[in-house]
Amino acid sequence: MKAEPKNVNTGIYYIDGDVAAGQGALAAGCRFIGGYPITPSTKAAETFAEIAPKAGAVFIQMEDELASIATIIGASYAGVKTMTITSGPGYSLMMETIGFGAMLEAPFVILNVQRGGPSTGSPTKTGQADMMQARWGSHGDYEIIAIAPESPQEMFDYAIKAFNLAEKYRCPVMIMADECVGHMTEKVVIPKADTIELATRKFYKGPKDKYLPFKPDKDLIPPMAKAGDGCNLYITGDTHNEKGYPISSQNLKTKTHKSTTRRLIDKIKLNADKIIELKEEGIEDADIIVVSYGISSRVAVKGIELAREKGIKVGSLRLITVWPFPDKKIAELAKNIKAFVIPEINYGQVVFDVERCAHGEANVVLIPHGGAGVHHPEDISDAIEYADRENKKIEKIIEWKTKLEKLIFEKGFKLKE
Amino acid sequence: MAEIRFAGYGGQGIVRAAIIAGKAATIFENRFATMNQSFGPEARGGACSSQLILSDNEILYPYIITSAVLVAMSQEGYTVFEPELNEGGILLIDEDLVKPKPPRSKIKIFSVPATQIAEDLGNRIIANVVMLGFFTAITKLVSKEGMEKAVADSVPPRFKELNLTAFNKGFQHYKASK
Repeated sequence: MKAEPKNVNTGIYYIDGDVAAGQGALAAGCRFIGGYPITPSTKAAETFAEIAPKAGAVFIQMEDELASIATIIGASYAGVKTMTITSGPGYSLMMETIGFGAMLEAPFVILNVQRGGPSTGSPTKTGQADMMQARWGSHGDYEIIAIAPESPQEMFDYAIKAFNLAEKYRCPVMIMADECVGHMTEKVVIPKADTIELATRKFYKGPKDKYLPFKPDKDLIPPMAKAGDGCNLYITGDTHNEKGYPISSQNLKTKTHKSTTRRLIDKIKLNADKIIELKEEGIEDADIIVVSYGISSRVAVKGIELAREKGIKVGSLRLITVWPFPDKKIAELAKNIKAFVIPEINYGQVVFDVERCAHGEANVVLIPHGGAGVHHPEDISDAIEYADRENKKIEKIIEWKTKLEKLIFEKGFKLKE
Repeated sequence: MAEIRFAGYGGQGIVRAAIIAGKAATIFENRFATMNQSFGPEARGGACSSQLILSDNEILYPYIITSAVLVAMSQEGYTVFEPELNEGGILLIDEDLVKPKPPRSKIKIFSVPATQIAEDLGNRIIANVVMLGFFTAITKLVSKEGMEKAVADSVPPRFKELNLTAFNKGFQHYKASK
């Protein structure tokens, strides 16, 4: 299906990432945003609030983030594409209900324009420290999809991608942007509506009295019915059967629990190859591979250039989707290289998954950054050089890492503000 | 490629100035421009800066490493960002707001009473646009035509003429003082 012209403000703009995301949401066919303003995401919500009425969409400023996330799950079950927009503290407040949404298999998108934390942290400064929260923040077993844009254009493009994934897989999809990208202004091209491909939700078409809201098709995804359309729609966060009825603990068999929650995992994991999007550059004969995401990918470019000038064979693997994680890709690459280098604007999150997937075949170097700014290119080239030079056998990894941490935290990298 | 820093206080239009120059380069000259801003939680009066990178090619690294031009509209902005200016850099100041030290190396200083000119035109809020005119005349990094289009495109219609007058006052100030 193509985007509807009334939703697409085709043109060439000089706008920031937040504005682009608001435009992208509308172009994707978002009909409802319930949100509570928070820097640095406010402009995305403002933009949607401004452009939505003309296109017949609705923005409601809710009383808080708990209400915001709850309204969009309701809207999702009413059958429309929906999203909320937030940042760190607001995102924390949404956690419980994100799990509720995952359990109900409600398609929705959350834009998190990450800022410095913990707590209220630094509202106008950047961070990438919510990455693990996106993955594991709500209790229980579930899977989500997370995308990390690196430019205002991508805030538009990946807003559309996020909605498409949410509608297709019936799961929460997070756009894990950050303050840098949200507040960065660049040229953004909003294409014509007929060039924007949209995924449509699978709606139930059978007899109304036969509908089972959680009976999956072969692709593991159950078709949805709109609330109020006449189908029996019983939805609950409790572990439920195909009818949607909660199973009382007396009768709850491991099998039922498994069939419900296992599918939340499998529908994403078994489709991971279709969901994951990566950008590779110069990795064929690389000794070192920089794994990065979001704004850090753009910052890494300069560091990689500096390292190449020194004759180091370094490639780049950008995680456009961070979750689900590209386990297989990292494991394959690990066999042929000396080390992965991971710049993150946090003290180590995605690096753990790189380590996990490297299986000890390659060293893994984190370049931490406390936030409120980005890595200086020399931080990245220094780490690449170190990883290339100090390439000890893997048995010595503990010693090797201690040495590296000393270099980073005590002597070395001039982490520029 | 040119890296440009605008620095001043919140409310002076520091971010807006960089957006206008970036818009002139991208929308009206079909080049590339990345603008980033830095500000505190205050609505007005806090330290504020914006950085603009202009290039004929796609911009990968989006931040300033050393700047070619510093436009300083506050003493603090000057103090913080002067060290970032490269050796042959250009320093533009609002002469009533910034008292620079003797320039190091080959840095060239140009001054304009931008806020005063804006006040004479009836509204100090357009000091940033006066400064942009001055900036355009000196640096020639963006064309005058492109900038005029971007100014007109970035302000409410009823303030269009006032802003274009302010832009030209700034532009002429350099021509006149040469």
